[in-house]
Amino acid sequence: MRAYTPKDDVQKKPYYTDRYWVAPQVAKSDVSADAVFAADLEAIKAKFEVLDAYIQVKQMVVVINAVDNFSVIELLKNELEYNQLSEMSAIDWLADEGKFEIFYQMLSMSKRKRLRIKCKIDEKESLSSVSSLFRSADWSEREMYDMFGVVVNNHPFMKRILMPDDWEGFPLRKTYPLQGDEFAQWYEVDKIFGKEAREIIGPENRDPARVDRYDTERFSRLGHEVPRGADISQGEPDTPLVYQEEGGVFLIQKFDAEKSVVISDRDR
Amino acid sequence: MQQANRLRPFFENITFDRDDNELILNFGPQHPSAHGQLRLMLHLQQEQITKAHPDIGYLHRGMEKMAENMIYNEFMPTTDRMDYIASSSNNYGFALAVEELIGLDVPRRAKVIRMMLLETNRLMSHLFWLATTALDIGAMTVFLFAFREREYLMDLIEDYCGARLTHAAIRIGGVPLDLPDNFIADLRKFLDKLPENIKDYEDLLDTNRIWLMRMENVGVISKEMALSWGCSGVMLRASGVEWDIRKEEPYELYDEVEFNVPVSDKGDNYARYKLYMAEMRESAKILYQAIDMYEGTGLELMAHAPQYISAPKIDIMTQNYSLMQHFVLVTQGMRPPVGEVYVATESPKGELGYYINSQGGAYPYRLKLRAPSFWHTGILTDLLPGHYIPDVVSIIGTTNIVFGEVDR
Repeated sequence: MRAYTPKDDVQKKPYYTDRYWVAPQVAKSDVSADAVFAADLEAIKAKFEVLDAYIQVKQMVVVINAVDNFSVIELLKNELEYNQLSEMSAIDWLADEGKFEIFYQMLSMSKRKRLRIKCKIDEKESLSSVSSLFRSADWSEREMYDMFGVVVNNHPFMKRILMPDDWEGFPLRKTYPLQGDEFAQWYEVDKIFGKEAREIIGPENRDPARVDRYDTERFSRLGHEVPRGADISQGEPDTPLVYQEEGGVFLIQKFDAEKSVVISDRDR
Repeated sequence: MQQANRLRPFFENITFDRDDNELILNFGPQHPSAHGQLRLMLHLQQEQITKAHPDIGYLHRGMEKMAENMIYNEFMPTTDRMDYIASSSNNYGFALAVEELIGLDVPRRAKVIRMMLLETNRLMSHLFWLATTALDIGAMTVFLFAFREREYLMDLIEDYCGARLTHAAIRIGGVPLDLPDNFIADLRKFLDKLPENIKDYEDLLDTNRIWLMRMENVGVISKEMALSWGCSGVMLRASGVEWDIRKEEPYELYDEVEFNVPVSDKGDNYARYKLYMAEMRESAKILYQAIDMYEGTGLELMAHAPQYISAPKIDIMTQNYSLMQHFVLVTQGMRPPVGEVYVATESPKGELGYYINSQGGAYPYRLKLRAPSFWHTGILTDLLPGHYIPDVVSIIGTTNIVFGEVDR
């Protein structure tokens, strides 16, 4: 029976994990440990529901409801002096809980603090745009849509940014294979030459490690050398095992090719 | 009706609308002064730009996706391909992020070497910026001069790690190699000559009429605009915000060295040019101090953390347990604790950040690369309207964008 491979997460998995191994945690400390963060959290808590808050690796993480994202960031910008949105994007948790996690990485230059706002949305849910507060979100939100398919409301120009406009699928989802899906295989052929050329050109090879055993143009066949470009799809000639070095091979005193045996039986 | 999806002549570069006299011009993606694969769709009224749409993604390689399918150490050489003008700073950002996640302490000698590499890379990047921007404006001499100096630096880096462009010279937990014997003497020789070289460039450019006309009061970015667009590095400091991550949130030994953060409140191309020149001098200052710091350090180069970092080669070759650890770390990879981290470093282009979400596996669950050039390209949307076509070239030049980083 073939081993079951989950379809909801096709990313690479380690081939071995100790069954008794418990992953350690990065330490989370209480927000009260830092006076500046504690004051910020109080200000957020006064107006919005905070699901979780802690400090991890010197930065505060505040988990909020997705509906509050715009107002929380507005509060951070206008009242709490967080004047830059360094980064925002999503994390795909669809396989585990059917949700996307959105994070906003904020920076306050006057307080010298970095803070991360996080919220979760369902797969089909959308989010309101913060690009009217921070112009940098304009491109980040487009990238998030491009990579995850998270639609953002009230965005001035919701369009793919890194992938072509007519691309299908969202590359950073866990369901999307690293080498691309079938659409990706045919994308350039269809686009440049048209669908009718598919049979002549063939799908694009998107696996750099792929080896075609019948290809004698691009792959040397060590130990089974055949002339370059020879067609070996119908079987190949036996390659005689001979040593070509003049005066024999270094360290090999006697070698008689006639008497040597190639072991084919593994159990021998 | 022309079809865009066939290999036939298709005049997509120019459309002319009779009614409102608007010309839409495609600038790039193969334009030599687009500094890579930048495509700009410019709406023009005569020579003046009314709307600009930067179009990116021509160099997209899906690095974030690749990172999810690679063990942590495997991803290190991939980071080289982001900002390939200063690849060690990308290596460093990633190494630092993973170290913060694990909570590693790097030996002092490794820190000094890293700082030397980072500042050498900064010099290389700034020289490259100066060379290409000057060439775009038409100053061929500066291009040749700056590339000559950059070549010396690349030789230095080659002496250290064997590579000139994609260094992969920094490891998670330290550096792989000590400095070669001649490195410090060569670096000192280069640094001693650098002020003269910088003066040469400035003599050629500072009072040059053409340079001033193309640079002064062109591409003015206001403070609000720079903050709102997530600008960082020189793009931010030229607009009057004094923010250098090396100073404000010091990593490595930047809190032990003395250097100034040059700031300008003009916000135009010329201000950025002046800042790049000033930053080169500051980098030289840091390098001199790093040379002095190097002397008093111990011999250790990698952190001691058997669970995450391979033991030194001599232990691997002599001790069975170290060899076993090494084997596991190479084949399966380290497994950092469950948690997330965002670490920002001051790369030559600006704030280079790595967000890593680890679920305790050998592969990062999510890795987000915050590349400064991404937003420095985005700002062109708001910056270009009102300018004229020749300004586009000088503005793209001073934003110092690198497309390996924009598209990732």
